[in-house]
Amino acid sequence: MDDSTNQNGPPGIQAYNVTVTYRNGHTAVRDASFSIPNATICALVGVNGSGKSTLFKAIMGFVPLATGSVEILGKPAGRALKRNTVAYVPQNEDVDWDFPVLVEDVVMMGRFGHMGFLHRPSKKDHQHVESALKRVDMLEYRDRQIGQLSGGQKKRVFLARALAQESQIILLDEPFGGVDVKTEESIIALMRSMRDEGRVMLVSTHNLGSVPQFCDHVVLINRTVLADGPAEEVFTRENLEHAFGGVLRFHVLGGQDLHDDDDAREVTVITDDERPFVLYGENDPAKQSVKQNSSKQSGNRKDNPSGSPDQ
Amino acid sequence: MLELLLQPFTIDFMQQALLTAVLLSVASAVLSCFLVLRGWALMGDAISHAVLPGIVLAYAAGIPVVIGAFIAGMLCTLATGFMTENSRLKEDTVMGVVFSGMFALGVVLFSFFTIDVHLHEILFGDILGLTWRDVWQTAAVALLCTTLVWIKRKDLIILSFDPQHGRAIGLSVKTLHYGLLILLSIVIVAALEVVGIVLVIGLLIAPGAIGYMMSDSFDTMLMYAIASAVGASITGILLSFSLDSAPAPTIVLMLMIMFVLVFLFAPVHGLIRTKRRARLSKAGVESSIQ
Repeated sequence: MDDSTNQNGPPGIQAYNVTVTYRNGHTAVRDASFSIPNATICALVGVNGSGKSTLFKAIMGFVPLATGSVEILGKPAGRALKRNTVAYVPQNEDVDWDFPVLVEDVVMMGRFGHMGFLHRPSKKDHQHVESALKRVDMLEYRDRQIGQLSGGQKKRVFLARALAQESQIILLDEPFGGVDVKTEESIIALMRSMRDEGRVMLVSTHNLGSVPQFCDHVVLINRTVLADGPAEEVFTRENLEHAFGGVLRFHVLGGQDLHDDDDAREVTVITDDERPFVLYGENDPAKQSVKQNSSKQSGNRKDNPSGSPDQ
Repeated sequence: MLELLLQPFTIDFMQQALLTAVLLSVASAVLSCFLVLRGWALMGDAISHAVLPGIVLAYAAGIPVVIGAFIAGMLCTLATGFMTENSRLKEDTVMGVVFSGMFALGVVLFSFFTIDVHLHEILFGDILGLTWRDVWQTAAVALLCTTLVWIKRKDLIILSFDPQHGRAIGLSVKTLHYGLLILLSIVIVAALEVVGIVLVIGLLIAPGAIGYMMSDSFDTMLMYAIASAVGASITGILLSFSLDSAPAPTIVLMLMIMFVLVFLFAPVHGLIRTKRRARLSKAGVESSIQ
């Protein structure tokens, strides 16, 4: 077995004092350090403009680092990229879905790094594509043009590409954008099974609600790394307030809003840019008391009653 | 009747014209697929105009025209990139200013040098005035470009579709980008003799657009692009012979007609099919409501 799948080997991704300054003088990330162990699903959490995508680019070596370095599986990032160690799953918005490529063409792109100069797929490459498609349950769509798929299917195609690439490190950019909850769950299940094979998944998201559901590890970022570590230690109210600042909304429903007895417990709902719709009570919908949020920081955005119905 | 149809093929200059046009349309069709997929239509137009000062100066200095054209084309793209980054203007605005300015510079420069080509030939092509030497030169260029793009097409597809992934698997995105620009300049120069600066963009965009409308996979898109470009070249030249019209605009006109037909009647993405699909799904929604 490859030593990279060994959980005691060098950490999956390690960043030391990374600073990225763009040509126009804007420093997007300053002095960012974090470490992500192997076999981990890690969330990279921060508001828009906090440097999430810059950090992705830094890991993949797309932007020059003003200071610091990134190591992947204990090796300099540049060398890791040449060995197909890192796969990238783009945001749905970043893909041209009208492009004349079929599902299997996209997955085959994951094999390119393993092919020779002319990129002629071998029998082995075809086998990898087929098993990757089978694993994400998309084999029957293999000769569809990619624009004809649903949001979740599109995501699965790019996950299949990462699988076909045989990468140890997979970077996912907002994988839950435009995807329904059921699809989100199936993507999470897939990521878990990939984690159990020793892979590292770094997931950039601003969707706080799903973070505790799927992550083992969290990196909180706002121009620099504010906190990183196991999810249960890092994903706390104090840290989130620090990371999100004024953007975060807290909806605290006090005891008197929830029930008529003296129970003093509160329900705290934290969201960044969507108003949550919170239901509390017994399962009978008729008895449920519907509490629209009594937001402490009510913005003037359109009401969007779609948050997590977990409570 | 048959004699009249075959007559053009017996004339030397018609043979030369047909052969050159067919070879060149294959090269430009292959390239046009990537121009369409990368959204480089305006870029192609800009470069084809901006090469003029380079061509004039190269003629005057006695160096190969391709080199002058390439330098001028690069200058146009680099200047556009620099000005876009350092101003509040959008790229297409800057490009419009730069390429029209360079084209104007070329026309002005033209009057300073005594060159044994007519400006008219550079602007509109001179496909009926070729020598066999021109034909073989064009053939070599066309073959080279077509082969290069064909063997690197998968890299170029990744460059166009998902450059991030390209970088992640260690493709040299920059080399591919500039390589494509170099090939574009070469094909533009080779196409000057056939269709001229003004109409070369027709050969560089329409075939790719036709292929894009007709197909959902790259290789079939490419086949449609080549077929339409070759078909338009042959019919255009033959038609211009019997109509006594200029060949270059006749070729481009044939492409335009093909494009309109494809726009309307393409099997999946044509207007009529799209409308019908929209109507059917609307009817489906309504019947399911009732």
